[in-house]
Amino acid sequence: MATHESSYRPTSSIARWLDARLPIPRMMHGQFVDFPTPRNINYLWTTGGLLSFFLGAQIVTGIVLAMHYAPTAADAFNSVEHIRRDVNYGWLLRNLHAVGASMFFLAVYIHIGRGLYYGSYKAPREVLWIIGVIIMLLMMATAFMGYSLPWGQMSFWAVTVITNLFSSVDSIIPGLGTRIVQWLWGGYSVSGTTLTRFYSLHYLLPFVIAGAVGLHIWALHVAGQNNPTGLDIKTSSDSVPMTPYAVMKDMFALSVFVLLFAWFVFYVPDYLGHPDNYVEANPLSTPPHIVPEWYFLPYYAILRAIPNKLLGVIAMFSSILLLIFIPWLDTSRVRSAKYRPVYKWFFWLFIITVVALGYLGSKPPEGAYVFWARVFTAYYFLHFLVIMPIVGVTENPSPLPRSITESVLGKSGQPVRVGAPAAPERR
Amino acid sequence: MTGIRAKSVAWLLGLAVAASIGGAWAAGDAEVHIARQPWTFAGMRGHFDEGQLQRGFKVYVEVCARCHSIKRLHFRNLVQQGGPEFPEAAIKSLAGNNYKVDDVPDETGKINQRPAVLADAIPGPFPNDQAARYATNGALPPDLSLIAKARGVEAGTPFYRLPDAMLRDILSGYQEGGADYIYAYLLGFSEPPGGMKMAEFMNYNKVFPGHQTAMTNPFIAGDGLVKYDDGTPATVENYARDVVAFLSWAADPTLEERKRMGLLVMLYLLITAVLLGLAKRRVWRAVH
Repeated sequence: MATHESSYRPTSSIARWLDARLPIPRMMHGQFVDFPTPRNINYLWTTGGLLSFFLGAQIVTGIVLAMHYAPTAADAFNSVEHIRRDVNYGWLLRNLHAVGASMFFLAVYIHIGRGLYYGSYKAPREVLWIIGVIIMLLMMATAFMGYSLPWGQMSFWAVTVITNLFSSVDSIIPGLGTRIVQWLWGGYSVSGTTLTRFYSLHYLLPFVIAGAVGLHIWALHVAGQNNPTGLDIKTSSDSVPMTPYAVMKDMFALSVFVLLFAWFVFYVPDYLGHPDNYVEANPLSTPPHIVPEWYFLPYYAILRAIPNKLLGVIAMFSSILLLIFIPWLDTSRVRSAKYRPVYKWFFWLFIITVVALGYLGSKPPEGAYVFWARVFTAYYFLHFLVIMPIVGVTENPSPLPRSITESVLGKSGQPVRVGAPAAPERR
Repeated sequence: MTGIRAKSVAWLLGLAVAASIGGAWAAGDAEVHIARQPWTFAGMRGHFDEGQLQRGFKVYVEVCARCHSIKRLHFRNLVQQGGPEFPEAAIKSLAGNNYKVDDVPDETGKINQRPAVLADAIPGPFPNDQAARYATNGALPPDLSLIAKARGVEAGTPFYRLPDAMLRDILSGYQEGGADYIYAYLLGFSEPPGGMKMAEFMNYNKVFPGHQTAMTNPFIAGDGLVKYDDGTPATVENYARDVVAFLSWAADPTLEERKRMGLLVMLYLLITAVLLGLAKRRVWRAVH
């Protein structure tokens, strides 16, 4: 699939000259113009393009914000207010960047959910999937450090809570956890030193993400895209060239998603934030409820569900690291859950579990909330460690279509005349 | 078969969660309901009422400013577009006649005071936090520049109504939780209910978490405390409403520009989306 015949024909003499020396245009043409895309991919497959857009947008708005931001304990909060009030269109840049982070996560969670449903992690896409998990981890680190930068109350206390997690290592090797935490802080408490190093890393990591995205796309274009049937591209009628087909679809989906983005930026910019972050960081006053940004809530619920601090930390990190192993935990020979009558239900149960954990993460850890956080945490792990391997072996998959083309055009596999109903008997 | 079983398991689990968490809510504290107020700056076409902001500024200066600073506001902000839009001359004379700020050191190195100008931040009532605490029985009156964004309303929506409530708030552009809370707080002072023991220097307020606040009722003198000269009735409700509108502007001085630009951006994106959708359909027509 990746080794498709190149249709690149350099037209100008300069293009021919370059093609013989460094064929970058030929490569780009092969990867983004005549690259064969399964003809049946649905709108969930536009999230990859969305994510590239948001990575770019975050980098661009971030670079401009960095021109006005001051990463010191004394000035950070004031400089954000300076951006909001006095910098030309500073309010817009800041809203784009803050809301952009949430939209980035919304898109990445849809992207991952799609991968889970259609079995996009299964052979030969294991490496592609693992790079994706690494990108998600990098995104989380970047977002976490970025959230510390406004140096409001939630910024400060989120940094305090999360960095302190590493002190749980003390219960294995006494003293080591404390040393790690002090090393992260650059002192004996969260301070301006911590803020400055987080700022430095927050500027660095997006470029690491960009590199990992390059590998992700490379791996994608070696294995070829998955599709709702989970079948491989077998004949040329199974695919369409990426340009204009997939690109056009991506652009339409992007314009709709950006509408949502713009709504938040212009009309509800603070909806996804917390009022406490408009209060300047104060090490002497702890907010009544410390909650992370919405995209971290499920993991926060897992962390707090477990009474032992060290085990809670291990559970939280393994809830994400576990994803690395699912290409081998899923024993089914069928990729797409579309043809897996039993697993399909467990998939949705898993989605409900994640949403429930998100809700519970936003609530104080008391009473029934703790109980249900434990139930759902247990189910989260059960899904990957028990249900996925067992259901893969025991269930009877539904019959698969013979090819992607058949799934689109029906059994005959004959191209349908333009404008004719695909299934006239059902009219 | 197995599919059906899994489905019913999911159902039962959902029911159990609903029962249990719903119970937790019912057993919780009966929370004070904070009503949503009809603010002019709410929603898509939201804008500030200059007259209201001017009255609010008057209430701030004559009542709140005895204890609270508003350090992120500059005198120039009071004349700029999208705010109270006072006449420039009025604010120049207000700053020059009523406020003194530190000058640059003179030739001997002594720092003198000079009359404030438009470019200066509005000076607060106290030189520093310690002075503020000393004057107010140890409590620190918070700066009010961002107070309207730094407060919110805990809705207490049960989880099964959350999707609906969230969608409603997002689609109606609800961002006035802070304004609603402060309005309720300013009007929430009263004598403590019978049997409630108040700590020293504390005052009862029905919406404040814990109901004991160090702030005293700012409008205890009642209607007529601040003179309004534009015909608006000088009532405590109006003081609260006007000063909250003023504080909302102070926390978000670019709100009008944001909402105006948003309308154009949304319109532009909508047209783009429709055109791209049509183009996509045309491109894909042959292969569907």
